Amino acid sequence: MNTMRNNKRSAGKLIKALAASAACIASLTVANPVHAVDFDGERVEWIIPFKEGGGSDTWARFFAPLISENLPGKPAIVVKNIPGGGSTKGANQFQRKAKDNGLNIIGTSGSTQFPYLLGDTRVNYDYKNWTPVLASPTGGVFYVSPELGIKSAAELASLRGKELKYASQGATSLDLVPLLAMDILDIDVQAIFGMKGRGAGRLAFERGEVNVDYQTSSAYLKKVVPLIDEGKVVPIMSWGVLDEDGNLQRDPNFPDLPHFAEVYEMIHGKKPEGTAFKVWKAFFAAGFAAQKGIFLPKGTPQDVIDAWGDAVEKTVKADDFKSRSELVLGDYPQAVKGKAVKAFKAALDISDADRQWVRDWLTSRYNVQL
Amino acid sequence: MLDAFLTALQTVMTGTHLLYLAGGVLLGLAIGIFPGLGGIAGLSLLLPFLYGMEPTTALAMLIGLVAVIPTSDTFTSVLMGIPGSSGSQATVLDGFPMAKRGEAARALSAAFASSLFGGLFGAVVLTGFVLIARPVILAFGSAELFMLTLLGLSMVGVLGGNSLVKGLSACGVGLLLGSVGGAPATGEYRMTFGNFYLMDGIPLVVVGLGIFALPEIIDLLRQNSAISEAAELGRGWVNGIRDLIKNRWLALRCAVIGCIVGALPGLGGSVVDWIAYGHAVQTTKDKDGFGNGDVRGVIAPESSNNAKEGGALIPTLLFGIPGSGSMAVFLGGMVLIGIEPGPSMVTSNLDVTYTIVWSLAIANVVGAAACLFLSKWVAKLTTIPYALMAPFMITVICFAAYQATRDLSDLVTLLGIGVLGVLMKRFDWPRPAFLIGFVLASGMETYLYQALQFDGLGFLLKPGVLIIGAITAISIYFAARHATNSGKDDSCTETSTDSSTQAKPLRPTNLGPQKLFAGAIFLAFAYGLYDALQQSMLGGVFTGGVCGVMLILSGIVLFKLVTNQVDDAVNFDNEVAAGYQGDQSIASLLHYVYWIAGLIVSCYFVGFLISIAVFFIAFLLVKARASILRTVVLTSSAVVFMATLAHVMVLDLPSGFLQEAVQMPWPLN
Repeated sequence: MNTMRNNKRSAGKLIKALAASAACIASLTVANPVHAVDFDGERVEWIIPFKEGGGSDTWARFFAPLISENLPGKPAIVVKNIPGGGSTKGANQFQRKAKDNGLNIIGTSGSTQFPYLLGDTRVNYDYKNWTPVLASPTGGVFYVSPELGIKSAAELASLRGKELKYASQGATSLDLVPLLAMDILDIDVQAIFGMKGRGAGRLAFERGEVNVDYQTSSAYLKKVVPLIDEGKVVPIMSWGVLDEDGNLQRDPNFPDLPHFAEVYEMIHGKKPEGTAFKVWKAFFAAGFAAQKGIFLPKGTPQDVIDAWGDAVEKTVKADDFKSRSELVLGDYPQAVKGKAVKAFKAALDISDADRQWVRDWLTSRYNVQL
Repeated sequence: MLDAFLTALQTVMTGTHLLYLAGGVLLGLAIGIFPGLGGIAGLSLLLPFLYGMEPTTALAMLIGLVAVIPTSDTFTSVLMGIPGSSGSQATVLDGFPMAKRGEAARALSAAFASSLFGGLFGAVVLTGFVLIARPVILAFGSAELFMLTLLGLSMVGVLGGNSLVKGLSACGVGLLLGSVGGAPATGEYRMTFGNFYLMDGIPLVVVGLGIFALPEIIDLLRQNSAISEAAELGRGWVNGIRDLIKNRWLALRCAVIGCIVGALPGLGGSVVDWIAYGHAVQTTKDKDGFGNGDVRGVIAPESSNNAKEGGALIPTLLFGIPGSGSMAVFLGGMVLIGIEPGPSMVTSNLDVTYTIVWSLAIANVVGAAACLFLSKWVAKLTTIPYALMAPFMITVICFAAYQATRDLSDLVTLLGIGVLGVLMKRFDWPRPAFLIGFVLASGMETYLYQALQFDGLGFLLKPGVLIIGAITAISIYFAARHATNSGKDDSCTETSTDSSTQAKPLRPTNLGPQKLFAGAIFLAFAYGLYDALQQSMLGGVFTGGVCGVMLILSGIVLFKLVTNQVDDAVNFDNEVAAGYQGDQSIASLLHYVYWIAGLIVSCYFVGFLISIAVFFIAFLLVKARASILRTVVLTSSAVVFMATLAHVMVLDLPSGFLQEAVQMPWPLN
């Protein structure tokens, strides 16, 4: 069946490609596009700069058929995994090769946004060129082992001087957020690197090899909450969520847990301030508040952007979306169109001074050479 | 538990479930036979269709696919010497020599029967093991995993060939290459020369293809014959099954090894087949046939690698931590279907777990039976003149290597490792030892560092560490005893043995080429040490330590060669031993390396499809002396096949400067 369909496709492909490019040229020269956007019979390639089976891949494969239904002409959406270079490779390739006809999109995650913010030498892409149409947020919860003898965030200060260990994927991964958070709270944590993922970190925690850990919301809800009842985990705080004005609020998934800014105040007795906190918030935004996003490449015409925006909006507003998406996305509002643009603007804006500060912090603290 | 067991059995035995399972199996076989694609591409192909399917039927298809990945990749391993996936690298060692001897059908049927046995036995073990798996997995921390890598490394003792110093040096080269890229402790880049490709480390698939497949292809091309030396294939497939029955205890032990090592997250499935293979060599009295087509060398890895897939289910289901690449995709598929892995899989969802485990077993039966059925015909491939097969195989290998990271550097690396493989084969530096070093390097360093950080030196006193340490010591003891025994045997039976392959090889007297190679290896270790000294302590201590030891060992090899110790075991040159030297009808060693290099360089300029088209035409006309018509037919079928495959699977083929500069129509873009 597949080959049959493929033969038919490949036969018409050349003509369609020619027609599409002709239409493209037409729409560029004639300022006013004659007809509405239609992807009938086309194939959208969605680049995911990560391996098959990971979080971002699952996220994309969840969305692909749903968005396809809502795009004009219902094109097939295929996910194309281009892993490598800590996700910079796929993003670089997208920057270099993507066509602006609405058939090339990329889905990035915090791991793509962090090297960009840090000014990693491997980064040859610029988010400023791309247009986001969806921002998927998540949250995170920090927890400790009951052996440390504290019950809540209020007692965090008593951990100073104790031997705290944290199993990490690397200082420039999403782990930058918890590591910097502990540093801001003046709590010394020894990071042990080389973990293959957050799951491996959690396993090290369960084995008792480390005594502090964090997980993103969905993993926390499914895999850590059962351990609370067994008395193996003491939840301390969530990172929080950003409200419309960019202030930290409690995470609706964890209303009983204080967010990081509250904990800052408990520990230091004043509202959060200073470069370190500003940097933390920037990376929190890029790693959690707007963790994953769908982007269209440079120069995509407005009508194509609108078509995508409408399709994504229709997808997330569907009646059964919430129930279907909970397992993959957790209970967070998906930001579309203008809100997605705003979310990523907040997440990807970092001043040169702040960037230098975090680079210096990584070098002095973890010997990272970027 | 019995409830869950019965519910699961009911689900598994329904018609629709079996139908979808069989569908998944067939899809898996069709894709898995193509090296480099393996299950991951198949699963990705399936995932879009899973959405909206009824969960249990979708699950059935998924499992069908996963189950047969380590089954169907055996075809290329045995018939062509191309390791289809990292799980069947050890199968190549004895399976391919068997095919060359004309026993392809026997090797295949032994392999598939072992796969079937391993898969079924794995399912039985899992049914009980899943209930106690959680504490067992939690007991295996970084310290225990480090000890397991040491156990794996001890296999070098039995797979290291005739000269121990050479075997260890080969293993050291593997360790060194395996440490290229980011250091686990600090993320510093080692030995990367500022190259982005090397920063991610060298992919195992490319190394496996380069070190085993390319040297074999080149060797066969030089001999210019069919793969099978015997024209008759024989009715070997009953023999293969008989072989398994005869070696049932070996298969049983290897299935247990597969199950347990597969269940430990973090070690990765790629060592399982080597541990099983090493175990087979260790526990066998007459081990001379290993590497030259001993059927036990096929049975051991094949019965372990299907059991491994079942074992790998455990951490995936219980902790949501995939033990292998295909399990990662399986996990993604489960989440899309709406099954969330976690502790509940052994409590409230135990029936789902059993459904998965038993579906896996049935899929193994269906898959292995289908392969057994096919193997009679597929084995005929080995009688085709090699010059006609070669362009297809080179294309397939390049394509498979390119799927590793989808970067043209994959092909360059393939060629580089291929040349290393050719030279190691020529000078008898044991390639399995090299590969074991490569596979274990990163795990060894990571777990050692983590164990030291978690527990300090005290990790050496953990009970698990002591137990695995004792097993390692026993394993080394047996290896050493066998080595001395077989050494004695050799000396008294050497004259009486009639085995042509085991006869005393001709010793070359001109050691020049060997000196150059050993010298280059020595310098590589010296560079590794220099590089390690540029890093921070944590970033460089492992490679520095390895290189320090290896400088001594490879130094001994070099010394023996430089001082012209002709009779030492170190001295070997296949060009002399096989009688190639001075034979005008045999192409030079590098002749076909240039052909492949030409293909790869051409990919940089005009992309893959045009390159293989040109390569096919040139090769078939010049080397195979095929007729124009035949050339055209073979070339166009290869090109159409590759283009179709790439399109259906949403895979990129390598593109070159031409594609960057000019907008090309499909499929040339």
